[in-house]
Amino acid sequence: MMEKMIFGRYIPGDSFVHRLDPRSKLVFVFAFILVVFLANNIITYALLLAFTLLVILMSRIRVYFLINGLKPVMILLVFTFLIHILFTREGDILFELGFLKVYEEGLRQGIFISIRFLVLVLMTSILTLTTSPISITDGIEVLLNPLKKMKMPVHELALMMSIALRFIPTLMDETDKIMKAQMARGSDLSAGPLKERIKAVVPLLVPLFVSAFKRAEDLATAMEVRGYRGGEGRTRYRQLKWDWRDTTSLVVLAVMTVLLVFYRN
Amino acid sequence: MDIKLQQVSYAYSMGTPFEKYALFDVDLTIPHGTYQAIIGHTGSGKSTILQHFNGLLKPSKGQVHIGDRVIVAGKKAKELKPVRQKVGIVFQFPEHQLFEETVLKDIMFGPMNFGVSEEVAEERARELIHLVGLPEDTLNKSPFDLSGGQMRRVAIAGVLAMEPEVIVLDEPTAGLDPRGQKEIMDMFYALHKERGLTTILVTHSMEDAARYADAIAIMHEGRCVLNGTPHEIFSDAETLEKYRLELPHIVRFQRKIEKLINRSLSKICLTEEELALEVAHALREGREAK
Repeated sequence: MMEKMIFGRYIPGDSFVHRLDPRSKLVFVFAFILVVFLANNIITYALLLAFTLLVILMSRIRVYFLINGLKPVMILLVFTFLIHILFTREGDILFELGFLKVYEEGLRQGIFISIRFLVLVLMTSILTLTTSPISITDGIEVLLNPLKKMKMPVHELALMMSIALRFIPTLMDETDKIMKAQMARGSDLSAGPLKERIKAVVPLLVPLFVSAFKRAEDLATAMEVRGYRGGEGRTRYRQLKWDWRDTTSLVVLAVMTVLLVFYRN
Repeated sequence: MDIKLQQVSYAYSMGTPFEKYALFDVDLTIPHGTYQAIIGHTGSGKSTILQHFNGLLKPSKGQVHIGDRVIVAGKKAKELKPVRQKVGIVFQFPEHQLFEETVLKDIMFGPMNFGVSEEVAEERARELIHLVGLPEDTLNKSPFDLSGGQMRRVAIAGVLAMEPEVIVLDEPTAGLDPRGQKEIMDMFYALHKERGLTTILVTHSMEDAARYADAIAIMHEGRCVLNGTPHEIFSDAETLEKYRLELPHIVRFQRKIEKLINRSLSKICLTEEELALEVAHALREGREAK
């Protein structure tokens, strides 16, 4: 079950998207997140969806894998959709089912919000799937550099992020291992009434926290032993390079934005 | 309870770009009451295979027989709880699975999950704490106040408390001091004999395999390449070499002695005691011959 999750996973490759500079990818995704909110009618949402599909194709990530990995998110998606359908009371009534009334506006909103959500999740997943965690944090550190003048601990923030990202897979493995050990002792995480299932989480969480704290302590010691003293005077092994691809992708996004502004009501 | 693997293959992350086979067509039968060792290099599939013994992993191909339960690839296996009660697994570094406030509660966790009453579970815990070599007052301590070695013993007691018929051990002594290692291995061996358990030991210690096992299976790159008695396995150093495995110290020592006294002993000796007797025997014979 754990091995199907794709959050924070990185699939190495050399597609157009993979070869983009992490800085441009980050700027692109952040800008995209804002741009998504421009869409407010069928044309603009269709445009967004088509654009996202294009990016997926260019990243050469198997669509099946992507959809499979996003299954947990789909539940949330369906939930939002239902809430919109059931609680929006505007426009004509489309149909009635007992006390449930579905309004035209509700359906419209439900579909739009779902597309918005889907597009956001897909785009951010592609960012993490095609960029190694190390490049992402490198990119963020460089992008946030101007904030150093305002006394923001940029390097520390980037380090915190890279550590967090680095340990996601480790903790996933750990969870899997502990889960199996407790299952072997007869604890049942996937069956029984809700109350029992919540109780079954305790044997999982306690060891997980214990080991996470222990890991953190070990890591801190290891860093100190190797003379870590923050970002001061630190040089980089991986240099970031901006090339035509990066400029192109940002220009394309700009064009996209103009189109959205033009076609929205 | 026999355990039988038939043509078992297993792939991690099936259906994703990370798909990777860890086992290929493994056939292995472990008859009831056997002490079976499984040895192999790191990454040979040892840890994957042991998770098939109680249905934690389901084969991607082939089938697994556990007693009269059959787990077939591609079919949903429900109600695995009875199987898990009968097959106890002591994972690598089992101390990581401790979570309760007291040692007593932690040991009782397993049996109570399988419907054993509180009184019986407590009784078992009191019995087992001695068996694993800890004083009874440990029961009221928090498991997190214990040393690593003590935690390991508590975790082992937690698995034994389920009273499994088959016990699977994954490197149970990794990281313990030599004396603790021997104590724990001897304890498992005594249990194996007394209670007529089936014991499956996954290890890369040739010494442990030689000393305790009735049968040794050798895993290499996801395949089970050899299975036989320790005498059979360790008399063929060349094949072992091929799988990047060494002979146990004691067998290497025997080879040196054989060179020294210029005659080969009649059999491969797997323990110091056995070797001493054989050497004495050989020397006596040699003297008589003169």
